[in-house]
Amino acid sequence: MRLLLGLTKATSGSVRRKPGLRIGYMPQRLQVDASLPMSVQRFLQLGQADLSAERARAALQRVGAEHLSATALADLSGGEMQRVLLARAASRNPQLLVLDEPTQGVDLGGQGEVYQLIAALRDELGCGVLLVSHDLHLVMAATDRVLCINQHICCYGHPEQVSRDPAYLELFGDKVAPYTHDHDHRHDIGGDIVRPSGQEPLHNKQERGK
Amino acid sequence: MQFGELLQSQFLWYALAAGILVALVSGPLGCFAVWRRMAYFGDTLAHSALLGVTLGFALHLMPTLAVGATCCGLALILVYLQQRQQLSLDTLLGILSHSMLALGIVAVSLFEIRVDLLSLLLGDLLAVSSRDLLLMSTTAALIAALMYFLWDKLLAFTLHEELAAVEGVPVVRVRLALMLMLALLIAIAMKVVGVLLITALLIIPAAAARKLSNTPERMAALASAIGCLAVVLGLAASVLWDTPAGPSIVLSAGIVFLFCQFRKN
Repeated sequence: MRLLLGLTKATSGSVRRKPGLRIGYMPQRLQVDASLPMSVQRFLQLGQADLSAERARAALQRVGAEHLSATALADLSGGEMQRVLLARAASRNPQLLVLDEPTQGVDLGGQGEVYQLIAALRDELGCGVLLVSHDLHLVMAATDRVLCINQHICCYGHPEQVSRDPAYLELFGDKVAPYTHDHDHRHDIGGDIVRPSGQEPLHNKQERGK
Repeated sequence: MQFGELLQSQFLWYALAAGILVALVSGPLGCFAVWRRMAYFGDTLAHSALLGVTLGFALHLMPTLAVGATCCGLALILVYLQQRQQLSLDTLLGILSHSMLALGIVAVSLFEIRVDLLSLLLGDLLAVSSRDLLLMSTTAALIAALMYFLWDKLLAFTLHEELAAVEGVPVVRVRLALMLMLALLIAIAMKVVGVLLITALLIIPAAAARKLSNTPERMAALASAIGCLAVVLGLAASVLWDTPAGPSIVLSAGIVFLFCQFRKN
């Protein structure tokens, strides 16, 4: 992810970005020193002077956080901060939304909501969404492609058919379903690949660290 | 000296002008020092001032210029080391600040110069010359201009460096600019409050302004105002009771800070 955003340089290989690509980035978390007085609205407008107060408020409304407009950034709860960060990323009219663990610090019920919000935003903005997540079972049904990475690319492809389990639907809404998939190998606790004895190595070294 | 005579004495007005110049720019810079928790960074730069003074003496430069150059050099080294990030910033600062101080003291003895340590440590505001004043106002204007043009970028950078980088803020250059501004400020503030108390002049007005502000701009402006007030009060105390000017200014700032704490949120 850091490679794609241009925050780290690749040690090998290359990243091709469309020139002038507008990225809306939502970092995993934002910790604001309490000594910095800044309202949510100002935060949304920071770095994009052409964003009017109304459009900032509209962006907040879209994520259900319009009441936070005048709140100080430092006073937001984890879930509120995630919404504000999402609103900020979306307010830049991105062609690509990059979300790093968007449900960090959000309680289980709220997680479903956040994922639904992301799906709705994608449809509204018509943008691509790149999302990194650890909660395997909450990765959206709306995900088109899943890249499973544990030091290397384990597997890659469409998520399986949405589970229709009523309990999941009730808890997380109809946009969220478990993503189940089979690995042809296992990882030990440190993340290294456990190779079944007597078999060819499953991954070639060069694949590691992608 | 009579009060009327005092008001006509040039040195007092020079001192006041110098103090206010430094207080004006240290307001917004101090806010960044508070927001980014860079107090120790200011201290480290200040520790290199002795080396700067010595180099200035050896190279026949004005002390302010030499200290400015030394501080800027140290700031560059710090930015470079921080990019590599193998040690924590805290450790790096500890190593550099005391190495610089030690180097300064060794250099003093090598060059066999006599440094007026007390004025270096505590400032020498009442001895500000017109040449000093000119240099200080040029530097302060440079800092103020940089601050004005980089304000939004500095704020974005302070909130979240990676977010700022993705949004097109040149973070390395912004960090460099912030450190150089601090280095320059320290060079001109040295004359006002001395090496020992520079961090106080940076931090206290900003911290005092926090309680009274709900936007970063207001906090910066109020920090400048509180700094100016402290300079006026400190100089007045210095004239009335013959106390050292630098420490009186810092003490005044401390008292203002204390008063601000009584205000309810």
